[in-house]
Amino acid sequence: MDYFLTEEQQMIKDLAAQIADELIIPHRAELDETEEYPTEILDAVAQADLFGIYIPEEYGGFGAGCFEIVLALEQFGRGCTGIATAFAASALGVYPILISGSPELKNKYLPDVATGKKRAAFALTEANAGSDASGIQTTAVLDGDEWVLNGTKQWITNAGEAQIYSVIAMTNKKKGPRGATMFVVEDTDPGFSYGPKEKKLGIRASSTRELIFKDCRIPKDRIIGRQGAGFITVMKTLDQSRPGIAILGVGLGQAALDESVTYAKQRVQFGKPIISFQAIQHMLADMAIQVEAARALVYGAAKHIDAHPKDMSKVSSMCKVFATDMAMKVTVDAVQVLAGYGYMREYPVEKMMRDAKILQIYEGTNQIQRNVIGQALNKEYS
Amino acid sequence: MNIFVCIKQVPDAKDVRLDPETNTLAREGVQSIINPYDRHALEEAVRLKEKYSGTVTVISMGPPQAEVILREAVSCGADQGILISDRAFAGADTLATTYTIAMAIKKSGTPDLVLCGKQAIDGDTAQVGPGLAERLNMPYVTCVRKINDFDNDTLLLERMMDDGYDELEVQLPALLTVIKEINTPRLPSLKGKMKAKKIEITTLSAEDICADSTQLGLTGSPTWVVNVFSPEFTGERSMITGSVDEQVAQLTEKLTELI
Ligand SMILES: Cc1cc2nc3c(=O)[nH]c(=O)nc-3n(C[C@H](O)[C@H](O)[C@@H](O)COP(=O)(O)OP(=O)(O)OC[C@H]3O[C@@H](n4cnc5c(N)ncnc54)[C@H](O)[C@@H]3O)c2cc1C
Ligand SMILES: Cc1cc2nc3c(=O)[nH]c(=O)nc-3n(C[C@H](O)[C@H](O)[C@H](O)COP(=O)(O)OP(=O)(O)OC[C@H]3O[C@@H](n4cnc5c(N)ncnc54)[C@H](O)[C@@H]3O)c2cc1C
Repeated sequence: MDYFLTEEQQMIKDLAAQIADELIIPHRAELDETEEYPTEILDAVAQADLFGIYIPEEYGGFGAGCFEIVLALEQFGRGCTGIATAFAASALGVYPILISGSPELKNKYLPDVATGKKRAAFALTEANAGSDASGIQTTAVLDGDEWVLNGTKQWITNAGEAQIYSVIAMTNKKKGPRGATMFVVEDTDPGFSYGPKEKKLGIRASSTRELIFKDCRIPKDRIIGRQGAGFITVMKTLDQSRPGIAILGVGLGQAALDESVTYAKQRVQFGKPIISFQAIQHMLADMAIQVEAARALVYGAAKHIDAHPKDMSKVSSMCKVFATDMAMKVTVDAVQVLAGYGYMREYPVEKMMRDAKILQIYEGTNQIQRNVIGQALNKEYS
Repeated sequence: MNIFVCIKQVPDAKDVRLDPETNTLAREGVQSIINPYDRHALEEAVRLKEKYSGTVTVISMGPPQAEVILREAVSCGADQGILISDRAFAGADTLATTYTIAMAIKKSGTPDLVLCGKQAIDGDTAQVGPGLAERLNMPYVTCVRKINDFDNDTLLLERMMDDGYDELEVQLPALLTVIKEINTPRLPSLKGKMKAKKIEITTLSAEDICADSTQLGLTGSPTWVVNVFSPEFTGERSMITGSVDEQVAQLTEKLTELI
């Protein structure tokens, strides 16, 4: 379907597609197997200027929006959800600075992010604070000119690989959610270390580790936004970033569809290519319908967000749920189309199925997204 | 460092076919690409520029469509592109090609360094680099696999040999031809693509380069390609099988037949 991209948008899409085809797809199986972080590929993405898409021009980026980053992420996602996650998580780590950071913080960090010299990570989740983010126990206490952080963040994407970490911590427990504040922690800060690398079902090229803060001291001016405004920044960040996760589902669904159709045309059983069986055709048709519908919704949501509406949570959550549930279903179907061969690691669809699952979990589970949508509806109709 | 990179538009090797009727390359419907070796020459030029500053000019002799590869080179880091194009250049052999490119380079600036690919994957002669160096009156090194340093107008480099490599010093201005081992060419960048879209590609005609028309194209080409053909595989093969003794017996018999 033609989405009438501008020349610039087409360039972003073409470039990301070239990276997916030439650099990501040939290496994805190996990186999945070895669970290695895709440093070289991300360096190539940096050289192609794609880390700067959403960074304002004054900080060396392209000043484009959610829709443009979505176009790039779709192609990376078509290549490998794990590698694409490493890229997306960096954007997630930068959004708090973009959204609420002081001009000084922006000047300090954004230019290096735009060139890809530095990568970022976003740290919210803790052992006892998953969907219920208000349960965080990491603390930050002001001591003279420094904040002192203590606590542990869990399952942080890009941990150990990023140089810039956006971290939320309680600065005033008595105030509850209004007592949380965001900070920038740098990889070299004293008292900051990482847990071991987690072993995962999918997206194994991405790195997931704990962040451990033991009397970690950072300068006072590393605060992002106001003290106590941490959760507002988190919510705004996630509103902005969810279409990025949604589109990873679209890219993945497209890849699974591509593999399925190609295979169904080649595989002969009962003397005919299996694509001639209506059962297979209908399955492929349903896959194609869902992928396209999800794409249209995500593109629409991204453009909606780029218009900076007052409330974008509902739309942002809707596209995340729809596209990632779609990716799960379509990748399961792809394995069914390839059947025994699909179950083997020799073919890419089993990895796609393993990778799809995370999309329904991170950046807010799909149950939580439905809560958000439900609450918005309740408010809208009151 | 003022660097010129010579790039040639060639048919994609994946698609190369000979027209059986005319025995010429069938170019119809075949994707055109930058000669793969020339990508490595361009990448090396861009790296030298990034390290020592300067400008990278890509130059190509070819039909008007060759403008595409010049723009592609700009998207991968070149600063400007020059297309040498004129009907008078058609049918050039390496002698006429080097004359034409040399005249165009002289017209366009004074390079400190000229980089070429080792060879073009269609013509395959590997003569244009050395020929061009002669015409530009520059020292040259072929099959460069690594540039180690640049100091005091001198490049320290490694040249691939059959049995190892040579370490050489070459004083600039000079010409090098490079092999694929020298680097991994980068993909285009977004800024590069945007620049490539807008940039004006300079086109030079025979008149622009003040060429002597007797040295151009077919007229200026002493080489005549009489015939180009795909070799036929006629060699018969047979497998000798069985126990070692049986195989020896069979082989001896066959060899005796031949004597
Ligand atoms: C099938 C075939 C056979 C041919 N046989 C002969 C022959 O036997 N003798 C002969 O003289 N000519 C021959 N030609 C013509 C020849 O291809 C070109 O005319 C020639 O000038 C370029 O030589 P090359 O392709 O071998 O380049 P090479 O010398 O192999 O190229 C080396 C490098 O020179 C540079 N370069 C080459 N051509 C250009 C260009 N047009 N613009 C910019 N840079 C360039 C590139 O950096 C390239 O990597 C043949 C052509 C074809 C298609
Ligand atoms: C690979 C990976 C990478 C990650 N990367 C990051 C990262 O970079 N940064 C970061 O901060 N976090 C990251 N996370 C954490 C992720 O965001 C959380 O896992 C997610 O928010 C869910 O939290 P939980 O796993 O603790 O599930 P829980 O909150 O314990 O939920 C368990 C189940 O209960 C359901 N549930 C919970 N509450 C409700 C409710 N109120 N209504 C309905 N259902 C509910 C959930 O939907 C889920 O099905 C990552 C996780 C993984 C696995």
